[in-house]
Amino acid sequence: MIARAFKYTRASSVEEALRLLREEGDVKLIAGGQSLLPLMKLRLAMPQRIVDIGRLAALRGVRREGERIVVGALTTHAAVAQNPLLREVVPLLSQAAGEIGDMQVRNRGTIGGSLVHGDGAADLAAAVLALDATLEVTTADGSSSRPAAGFFLGPMLTALPQGAVLTAVSFPEPPDGARQVYRKVAHPASGYAVVGVAALLAMGPDGTVRHARVAVTGAGQAPFRASAAEATLLGRKPTPDLVAEAASHAGDGVEFAGDLYASAEYRRRLTEVHVRRAITDLV
Amino acid sequence: MPLIGVPHKRVEDPRLITGRGRYTDDVRLPGMLHAAILRSPRAHARIEAIDVAAARSAAGVVAVYTGRDIAGKVGPIPTAWLPPDSDIKATAHPALATDTVRYAGDGVALVVAESAAAARDALDLIRVSYEPLPAVVEQADAMREGAPLVHADAPGNIAFHWKAGQVSDAVFSGAEVVVRHTFRQQRLIPNPMEPRAAVAQYDRATGDLTLWATSQNPHIHRVLLSGVLGIPEHRLRVVSVDVGGGFGAKIACYPDEALTAFAAMSLGRPVKWTETRTEHFLATTHGRDMVIDVELAGRREGTLEAIRVRNIANMGAYLSTAAPGVPTILFGLIVTGAYTFEHAAVDVYGIFTNTTPTDAYRGAGRPEATYLVERMVDLFAREIGMDPIEVRRKNLVRPEAFPYPSALGLSYDSGNYQRALEQALATVDYLGLRREQAALRGHGRYIGIGCSSYVEISGLGPSEVAGAVGFQGGLWESANIRVHPSGKVTVFTGGSPHGQGEETTFAQIVADRFGIPIADVEVVHGDTARIAMGWGTYGSRTTAVGGSAIAVAADRVIDKGRKIAAHMLEAAEDDVEFAQGTYQVRGAPERSETFQAVTLQAYLAWNLPEGLEPSLEAAAYYNPSNFTFPFGTHVAVVEVDPETGDVKLLRYVAVDDCGTVINPMIAEGQVHGGIVQGIGQALWEGAIYSAEGQLLTGSLLDYPMPKARFFPTFETAFTETPAPHNPLGAKGIGETGTIAATPAIINAVVDALQPFGVGDLAMPLWPERVLQAIEAGRDGR
Ligand SMILES: Cc1cc2nc3c(=O)[nH]c(=O)nc-3n(C[C@H](O)[C@H](O)[C@H](O)COP(=O)(O)OP(=O)(O)OC[C@H]3O[C@@H](n4cnc5c(N)ncnc54)[C@H](O)[C@@H]3O)c2cc1C
Repeated sequence: MIARAFKYTRASSVEEALRLLREEGDVKLIAGGQSLLPLMKLRLAMPQRIVDIGRLAALRGVRREGERIVVGALTTHAAVAQNPLLREVVPLLSQAAGEIGDMQVRNRGTIGGSLVHGDGAADLAAAVLALDATLEVTTADGSSSRPAAGFFLGPMLTALPQGAVLTAVSFPEPPDGARQVYRKVAHPASGYAVVGVAALLAMGPDGTVRHARVAVTGAGQAPFRASAAEATLLGRKPTPDLVAEAASHAGDGVEFAGDLYASAEYRRRLTEVHVRRAITDLV
Repeated sequence: MPLIGVPHKRVEDPRLITGRGRYTDDVRLPGMLHAAILRSPRAHARIEAIDVAAARSAAGVVAVYTGRDIAGKVGPIPTAWLPPDSDIKATAHPALATDTVRYAGDGVALVVAESAAAARDALDLIRVSYEPLPAVVEQADAMREGAPLVHADAPGNIAFHWKAGQVSDAVFSGAEVVVRHTFRQQRLIPNPMEPRAAVAQYDRATGDLTLWATSQNPHIHRVLLSGVLGIPEHRLRVVSVDVGGGFGAKIACYPDEALTAFAAMSLGRPVKWTETRTEHFLATTHGRDMVIDVELAGRREGTLEAIRVRNIANMGAYLSTAAPGVPTILFGLIVTGAYTFEHAAVDVYGIFTNTTPTDAYRGAGRPEATYLVERMVDLFAREIGMDPIEVRRKNLVRPEAFPYPSALGLSYDSGNYQRALEQALATVDYLGLRREQAALRGHGRYIGIGCSSYVEISGLGPSEVAGAVGFQGGLWESANIRVHPSGKVTVFTGGSPHGQGEETTFAQIVADRFGIPIADVEVVHGDTARIAMGWGTYGSRTTAVGGSAIAVAADRVIDKGRKIAAHMLEAAEDDVEFAQGTYQVRGAPERSETFQAVTLQAYLAWNLPEGLEPSLEAAAYYNPSNFTFPFGTHVAVVEVDPETGDVKLLRYVAVDDCGTVINPMIAEGQVHGGIVQGIGQALWEGAIYSAEGQLLTGSLLDYPMPKARFFPTFETAFTETPAPHNPLGAKGIGETGTIAATPAIINAVVDALQPFGVGDLAMPLWPERVLQAIEAGRDGR
């Protein structure tokens, strides 16, 4: 497996990376290389030039900024899995990162690369949806914030503009008393999610659901929020019957994906079962 | 100190785990070129034209060859197992396709370039125009009237038809109980960690060709390739020192290694070829792929009487080197398993299809046979309403019946099948589990217990039998033991271990016999220039046959040493005993000489007995008188999630008997690896082709190789019933796990799903398939 010959530039700043993206047509950024390099080796991607942003220290690390937790785009899956602040505040993110691939992949792959790559089964995609994350994006025209909701459009398709760099992902503090979980059914060959469910639930003092987020990866054409399931739970007591009812709506309006291992119908079924089990774990 | 039975750490490991192994791809020679092979993307097509002009003129490209360019220079790839009376059609297998491609992966052109990257780039520049032909993938379709022919000279796509044993229809028409079933042995893709590779270096001055290759049997490769390349056998050296797993896929003689050698000879520079993982999926032999109809006759009280088997085996596009022996001899002769069937008959068709050729894959025929008999025993038990364990207890060959003549003409050497069965059942607490199972069902939880009491044919084998069954070679093994003047020892074996640890076990055998430290013994294998002859490693033969050769040679060394010691001690030879590294006059411990002192004298030759030649070395060529028959019982405990169809492994107990165990740690390692592969077939692995012959599971993203985290801790144990006919008492342990595990798992899952009326499940048990069976059962109620 040998990639087509390419030129390589190590960017020394985000600005330089943006300039190179603008100047040449067939340029790809590379962060951890865990998605891009396999594609290049299979010659499914054959960029003329790759621009390595992997050493830009400004894009790495986890910090608190006011009410938000900011995770640099270059933060590796391993770092996300182990970071004490993330484990405390957004444990489902750490849990999802810890379920990615193997140790080598987690040590090199980055949160930014995973989200931008846009694999319909990316674990972190479900996590950022359930956590109401915001993606910090810089283009030649300046910086902007984009909600995770609406970012994942289809298989390998995201709302990131052409020639943009994702610099960070930021998370609001979850509501008080929120509990969170990530459940993954891994494909036995690839290890990617056949279905991955990220769920976050917060109860009011009266025992009704005050805040509910359920996001699913692997099952549809793109990672999605199970909005109908969330709506079913809101304002009501999460009895086993209600949880089951909510779960039964997890796939409402979703076009499920099918492959050799699991048909679309089976993924719908798995989604329902694992959404139910995830919520049950939280109540 | 005795060293047999000691769990000595593997002496090869420090080298291998610190990256200092010498694998074929590690060979780098000055001026070395790199080869890449263009493979057909189509399963069946006529080649209309190949345009290599652009590739030839690309930067860094040294040569491009098509099938026409090598015609007359690289001969057809041979088939070396030709079962007699089977009307076998070993149709020509050209090293590069010239007119027709017969499977997706068939080689079409060879590029040789200054770098691997340049060779790879040049593949994209070759234009081949194909006229598509209809492809046939499934063996049943290939046998249909009017099916496309893979080879014009194999009508009906029948490669061979082989039979063994006879059962009259009266046995079945008169039987109290007859159970019939069809099993599908799905196609598996071996995937050793190290892909295939070859490096060839040709010396134009001497005409010597050295070929480093990933081989389980370098001497077989030497003789076959000498024919393919037209190079005298004594001019060809094959080296396969460190090989990263084979599982049968590195037995065969492939086109690619021959092409690499041809390029080195033509260009006068060393050439390396290493397959990519993608190529491995397409162009290295696959395993299994059989459709098997079985009829079993028995009595209501549980006695098994007769078994009749028809196997339609998918051979792929060409008959690979050992392929015809797999669904015939290695499968057919053991379908009666560990049971006292009075009658048995087997009828096997080998069928050509437009798929990657199949050949031996860990177990090779024996897993398929064991699967059917172990599944049939469970189906029969259910039919007569008896516990499947009771059926096994009733029908297993009894300890006093050995040597046991099987209905298909084998002589099972030794065994105590009941002991292994009972030990496994006691370990899992079978009755306790049954109670737990009943209780859990009340709570909507479904656990299942599956058993497999196998016997296998290993220690291949008596050379006379090899000849009688059409194997184009011998199956004895060579050993040469050279004791150096200082008493250190080099052992040359014709076995070709590639991960099994014989550098350790063989050193243990010799160190044990000589009474010297293991560190004083070096084991040399895998080089035809250092080892005169050998038949290699497969069929769980290396310790039973190659190890026995070493034991015989070691005893010859000791006997010669005794003559010298007696002379030195001025005693009669008969009065000199050898134990723990010391020759000693019986009853006079003060009159002794060490092994080292005697060895030194053998070389100094200052004072040898009259007529005795100097030096201390011995050779042995050990031809076994029988196969060996390892056996045992494996028990799997699983839980099935009735909502998702997921199968969870709760416990796995293996009690194996491979005769005398030389190194229990290594033997256990073999059992672990075997179980993993056996469970891999049951739960995850399976090649899938499209109707057009495209391999849809052509990468590790789609084809689920088992991973360590999928498994619970295995509970393994050995019983030891020595093989009575070889000097070590050793049988074989390389394949038992693979053979036993697959049916144990399926039996367990089917057992778990009994409340849903599930009688059988097609492998692999991907959860959706299991769920469908559960739902069908729910609907049926
Ligand atoms: C063996 C293996 C197993 C895996 N298993 C899983 C799994 O179980 N679950 C899972 O979710 N993923 C899995 N992955 C994918 C893994 O998570 C990748 O790390 C991740 O998808 C990409 O991150 P990266 O930093 O390596 O990105 P790269 O490969 O470097 O880049 C990926 C893409 O994103 C772009 N990009 C990267 N960073 C930025 C940025 N900051 N701004 C703009 N564009 C950017 C690149 O141009 C490229 O197009 C696996 C990968 C491998 C090799």
